[in-house]
Amino acid sequence: MSDILQALSDYRPYLWEGLQVTLQLSLGGVAVAIVVSVVLGLAAISPLPVLPVVSRVIVEFFRGTSLVVQLFFLYYVLPPLGLDLGPVGAGIVGLGLNYGAYGSEVVRGSLNAVPKGQWETTLALSMSWPLKVRRVVWPQAWALMLPGLNNLTVMLVKGTAVALLLGLHDLTYWADEMRKDPDVGLWTAYGIVFLLYYLIALACSSGLRLLERRAQRRLGLRADVAVTDRATAEAVA
Amino acid sequence: MEFDPNAAFEAVGPLLAAFLQVTLLVTVLGSIIAAALGLVWAIGRRELPRIPGAILAWILDVVRMTPLPLQLLFGMAVVTELDGFRRFGDIEPTTLLTYLGIVVFGIHYSTYMAESYRAGIESIRQGQWEAATALSLPRRRTWRAVIIPQALRATLPSLGNWAIAMFKDTPFLIVITVPEMVSEAERIGGASFKYTETFAVAGLIFLAASYPTAVLMRKLEKKLAY
Repeated sequence: MSDILQALSDYRPYLWEGLQVTLQLSLGGVAVAIVVSVVLGLAAISPLPVLPVVSRVIVEFFRGTSLVVQLFFLYYVLPPLGLDLGPVGAGIVGLGLNYGAYGSEVVRGSLNAVPKGQWETTLALSMSWPLKVRRVVWPQAWALMLPGLNNLTVMLVKGTAVALLLGLHDLTYWADEMRKDPDVGLWTAYGIVFLLYYLIALACSSGLRLLERRAQRRLGLRADVAVTDRATAEAVA
Repeated sequence: MEFDPNAAFEAVGPLLAAFLQVTLLVTVLGSIIAAALGLVWAIGRRELPRIPGAILAWILDVVRMTPLPLQLLFGMAVVTELDGFRRFGDIEPTTLLTYLGIVVFGIHYSTYMAESYRAGIESIRQGQWEAATALSLPRRRTWRAVIIPQALRATLPSLGNWAIAMFKDTPFLIVITVPEMVSEAERIGGASFKYTETFAVAGLIFLAASYPTAVLMRKLEKKLAY
């Protein structure tokens, strides 16, 4: 125990630096991913003729080619073309686009899962498309999509470890640096960092659980676990 | 900058070789380990007494919620600490690290697959358990002959989807210096400054392998649904 405290106090500035990089990528990535999921998800169900096809192609492209390939593309290929995002920027955009594509599947699935009668009612009330989505369909779909988005958020936080491949000094990097210090050793170094990642993921996940409960309460619903897991596995493939 | 089709064409051979030798090998063996371990975890969580069961659940949570690259580096550090590279001196270090990668991928994804199995097991109606009790089937036989076959039907597409996810995570092997496809692409691109072409080819190989499999899983799911 005293080893852990000693290592924590010796490495506090480095761990803090690593934590900042990890959190920057996580928060930035989540922000980009949310925008991408909502835009692509809405495009997928829009009544306009071309948008669903365009959305489908973009989503399959980002889901099908690996995250690491996309990041390397942003990091190595774009700068010579005059678009230098820097390692943090490339990480945020890469994570956001990749997980946003997965997220858009969750958004699309949830919008489609809203009972048909709800759509038909809005038609009977002759609401415009933006109005019916915003006032009738979205609030109901929101409760359905939160469990899936929750799982994806945890995966995105884990995905920030790709920072290593962009030469950034995130938590994972400092775990391996601490390990090389004979005063800290393998088990303490990795123990601390495993726990830090676990706590970050737990915090994100609990926050989203709260949002989910609130959304369900507003609709007078109860939680369902089995559907969530299935939905995530489908979205991630 | 122009896209050079020749450079792309030349990259196809070495990338496909790395794809077959490492990427595919790790995915297939890793999926088999993950599917087997996942089932063990799922059964363990139902059969273990309360406290060991809770400990198992917590360990699975930690493994599931921490990054794969961190776990790969940890695995490599453990092998170094235990002097594994000298002890297995007759195995090449790269091969040894590939085996390590297979084990780490298998363990990481087994925690996800355990959740899928759990959902599958929970979807079985209580009457099946009661019928097994009424026939006084031993617990072991109840699992093997009644529960698992039915649960598998509901779980199979999910397992396939996790295997695809694992496949797309294989480039993380770069962190333990295993020469899989994307690190090959980086090497070739770095030597010729044709990053665009080599990464495009690597991405297309991923897409060509994962998209049809994903479509197949969606079809399988529809077919297997009750």
